[in-house]
Amino acid sequence: MPHRTCRCVVGVLSLSRMNNYLDFEQPILELEGKIAELKRMDDPQLDLRDELKRLEEKAEKLLKQTYGKLTPWQKVQVARHPARPRFGKVLSTLFPDLVTLAGDRCFGEDAAIIGGLATFEGYTVMVIGQERGADLQSRLKHNFGMAKPEGYRKAQRMMKLAEQYGLPVLTFIDTPGAYPGVGAEERGQAEAIARCIDVSLGLTVPVLATVIGEGGSGGAIALAAADRVLMFEHAVYSVISPEGCASILWRSADHAAEAAEALKITAQDLLRLGVIDAIVPEPLGGAHRHPDAALHSLRLALNEQLGLTLKHNPAERRYQRGEKFLAMGRKAA
Amino acid sequence: MSWLSEIVRPKIRAFVAKKPDIPDNLWHKCGNCGEMIFHRDYAGNANVCHHCGFHGKLPLKRRLELLFDGEEYTRIELPKVPVDPLKFKDRKRYSDRHKDAQTASKEQDACIVAHGLIGGQNVVVAAFNFEFMGGSMGTAVGEALYAGARLAVLQKAAYIVIPSSGGARMQEGILSLMQMARTTIGVQRVREAGLPYIVVLTNPTTGGVTASFAMLGDVTLAEPGAIIGFAGARVIEETIREKLPPGFQRSEYLLEHGMIDRIVTRKELAAELGKIAQLLMNKKNRGLSSGTQAATPQLFLSTAKKA
Repeated sequence: MPHRTCRCVVGVLSLSRMNNYLDFEQPILELEGKIAELKRMDDPQLDLRDELKRLEEKAEKLLKQTYGKLTPWQKVQVARHPARPRFGKVLSTLFPDLVTLAGDRCFGEDAAIIGGLATFEGYTVMVIGQERGADLQSRLKHNFGMAKPEGYRKAQRMMKLAEQYGLPVLTFIDTPGAYPGVGAEERGQAEAIARCIDVSLGLTVPVLATVIGEGGSGGAIALAAADRVLMFEHAVYSVISPEGCASILWRSADHAAEAAEALKITAQDLLRLGVIDAIVPEPLGGAHRHPDAALHSLRLALNEQLGLTLKHNPAERRYQRGEKFLAMGRKAA
Repeated sequence: MSWLSEIVRPKIRAFVAKKPDIPDNLWHKCGNCGEMIFHRDYAGNANVCHHCGFHGKLPLKRRLELLFDGEEYTRIELPKVPVDPLKFKDRKRYSDRHKDAQTASKEQDACIVAHGLIGGQNVVVAAFNFEFMGGSMGTAVGEALYAGARLAVLQKAAYIVIPSSGGARMQEGILSLMQMARTTIGVQRVREAGLPYIVVLTNPTTGGVTASFAMLGDVTLAEPGAIIGFAGARVIEETIREKLPPGFQRSEYLLEHGMIDRIVTRKELAAELGKIAQLLMNKKNRGLSSGTQAATPQLFLSTAKKA
């Protein structure tokens, strides 16, 4: 697989800044810096092809090694990577004909949760997801993916509409958590999340949820009470952020890596625990290196999972969804 | 160490230091107004301050006695679930913390289920014990709440849930988060059976507990002055960097903002619950609506009977 290279390498530092390398990617970064430098030399008298090939193979091996055994805390960083494809990218790639819907018909419009009607595999579907934004301006607009009650009530409205028209519901989760604020509490953040779970579990249409980045606590499960819950290979899903857990149980956020380990937040752990149903493979080096390949993988997974949920009749589907959640944790994994 | 220091000296000390039989907690100091109340008066008033009406912590057993007619109720045995599914360890093992809580409380976990009569109405009550790891919700609690829902359906009884919880039990990781969905399924089964689901919010009810079954009551009551909310006050303060409004997240504040139906004092609670259950289960009203559009009651009832 080709590597992302940078033609205008000035030095290791600027490359790091441009490509948003993570700390543990440092050795890969250095190799890729060397490769880029060699390519830049482009001296016809020197045959660098062998050396280049050797370095590229080495870089790929290193990438494979690193990403093959990411620690839970490293996965948190990958899941939060600024270049990771966000929900907006999912929408534009997988649902280009999206007709957005807005507002909760109670109080307002919340840009942390967006979505609407679209076509997928020939079906009209309801797409709902959390957007955390790609740059500072859009992050502010979408409140970093932290929804307020309006967002969860909008989601409920969209789910009910989906039920009314027999539309499969596809949700995409990427949030640090529901927004903790005075206004959010006043307008019933807890009730909005509770009712969202209630509505979702009551649907008879298929519900597919995918954790594409960070699945943060109650704000995440509000959209993930689904027939099939999918997770990107390096996404995380947790009851509390590792930092939050560490500051409570270890009395210091410095222990976040330990907390991440103990909480069992990776897709691989959650599949083992029976909490999620499938893992969506990411391209080598994470979705942030090859967003398009990641989204292609997502499309295939959704297609397959939708097919599975369509096998049941509506009442059965709803019943099975409930039974799936009830079975969780009853037997030792 | 000789037998002198090990056996004789403590015996002498115990003999000399023998104190008259007076408990040191004859007086209770109100957590709100600071007034001293004679402990028997305090207990006789259901741990409510005579001076300011502050509702103090109430032991679970006492709460149940106060609720049920003639102080009579039957507790049900709850399904066993694996403890410590993640083998969680922070500065201490979760399995040890859990064992300590069991020893201290003589309970299996933070939620118990009982049935009996309140105001002559058949009810099932699921109540939280805040003393058990902050009433936090893990798989055992979720299982208890679901067992209560199932019992209510089988007995055609009203289901009353009395949470007191800091939220999800993070030592059970993602499985504690899943309880938000599992408990909601219980609520749906009760709703589909056409039975009342009543929540009594007590101090404190926060986090994942509030954001699931606790906010889904057909009728929602709260004890006076209880802290009820989603995010903790400190988290909110740190996020918005502002002082919180007075009375923030208290029962009265929630009533004002349309989040609960009524604030009911401990003394009036049993009567209120009986009344509400009776109003919602009036036989004369049967058949006046087509009922909840339940999608699954048949499927559910057939499995419920088997279990």
